[in-house]
Amino acid sequence: MCLGIPGQVVEIVDAAKHLAKVEISGVRRQVSLTCIVSDEHPIESCIGDWVLVHVGFAMSLINEDEAKKTLELLMELGEAQKELEAMQISEQN
Amino acid sequence: MKYVDEFRDPELAKTLLAEIERLLPQIEITKDRPLQIMEFCGGHTHTIFRYGLEQLLPKTIELIHGPGCPVCVLPMGRVDDCIALAERPEVIFTTFGDAMRVPGSKKNLLQAKADGADIRMVYSPLDALELAKKNPDREVIFFALGFETTMPSTALTVLQAAEENIKNFSLFCNHITTVPTIKAILDSPSMHLDGFVAPGHVSMVVGEEPFHFVANRYKKPIVITGFEPIDILQSLWLLVKQIAEGRCQVENQYARVVTAEGNSPGLKAMASVFELRDYFEWRGLGSIDNSGVKMTEAYFQFDAERKFSMPNLKVADPELCQCGDVLRGAIKPWQCQVFGSACTPETPMGALMVSSEGACAAYYNFGNLPQIMALKKESVS
Repeated sequence: MCLGIPGQVVEIVDAAKHLAKVEISGVRRQVSLTCIVSDEHPIESCIGDWVLVHVGFAMSLINEDEAKKTLELLMELGEAQKELEAMQISEQN
Repeated sequence: MKYVDEFRDPELAKTLLAEIERLLPQIEITKDRPLQIMEFCGGHTHTIFRYGLEQLLPKTIELIHGPGCPVCVLPMGRVDDCIALAERPEVIFTTFGDAMRVPGSKKNLLQAKADGADIRMVYSPLDALELAKKNPDREVIFFALGFETTMPSTALTVLQAAEENIKNFSLFCNHITTVPTIKAILDSPSMHLDGFVAPGHVSMVVGEEPFHFVANRYKKPIVITGFEPIDILQSLWLLVKQIAEGRCQVENQYARVVTAEGNSPGLKAMASVFELRDYFEWRGLGSIDNSGVKMTEAYFQFDAERKFSMPNLKVADPELCQCGDVLRGAIKPWQCQVFGSACTPETPMGALMVSSEGACAAYYNFGNLPQIMALKKESVS
């Protein structure tokens, strides 16, 4: 019910009504961009945006840097674990 | 899919599980009982079952599945109202597909459709508005339900209907609010939660601020969380870390989507179209203060509740159903006396069996059913 799916804005359909075509897993659908358009981010600049789509509305811009940061942090955590394991193993020798 | 597959990586899952396992023994209370963490949102419940996360977690952490499935908590009387509206000859009744099989006191929307009511499933409220434009001689009603995640979409659709002066479109407003419900759970004397996995998409709309009371007033850690398995495991790790370090904070695991301030165009639309109800009735939980919204005076002409008369009756939940106990986390779904026998996803009695986000349907569809039924038999005998 409250799920959202990532999609990419590919075409502006009606700039005044904030309507655009968004490609979601290879399917194109008309979506309202009202919730992500602002003075700093006008509709013309939305092409190529990755957005989270919920019931026909792009509800949020997906922040690529934040996604990367999360994944990097988790990978570092994995590296640290491996180091720790290696240390413990060599201590047992 | 971009922004999805990366958050399903089994290696990252292993890393997080190892961290959780390492931290748990440092928490004193886990020597006496498991930590109880509630995931409020049905979307999270669905992910937890779909990926079998519960089985991967140590026994010293227990997940309590909260009431955050709008379809599941819809009282039967409201479904009866939907059917009364849908059976009016002039009406085209539009709804999200999830709501079609929610039991009313006599029938559900699917049965009403089979009996001849003009009920249509739509993907978006905007599609319902299009139907109204195409059928000017009919009254198109959209069944608006869902938490704050869905409110901007229905509010913006009403604003568009007003702008285009469309007179044959209205909402049957059953939206519910998250924060008063979390508060009601925290105030419930039988609950002893140690932390919350907060709903990611509600937070995307409302921002971080509304959750601060959980940390500040109730001293419980809470983490705003995305919907992929790695998101949930990372949140559980952050929660366990907070508890181990004696902290209570609002943290945002889902920063790729959720900003601190939320979605301002969405909030603005909601504020002009909706206002809080004094109380709203929930299936299984009863009445909760301020837990629903109605339409404001300014948009009364788009309010189906004012436009049409409906039975508006309170209907008691079926006696055998223990949805309320499950929603409060007092019992596990399989401990309900009708789970898997009188109540199954094909013929649901209780609402938690209806939606794939309901805890009972999740257990039934994704759990180890033979094992669950054996446990049930044991607990009955």
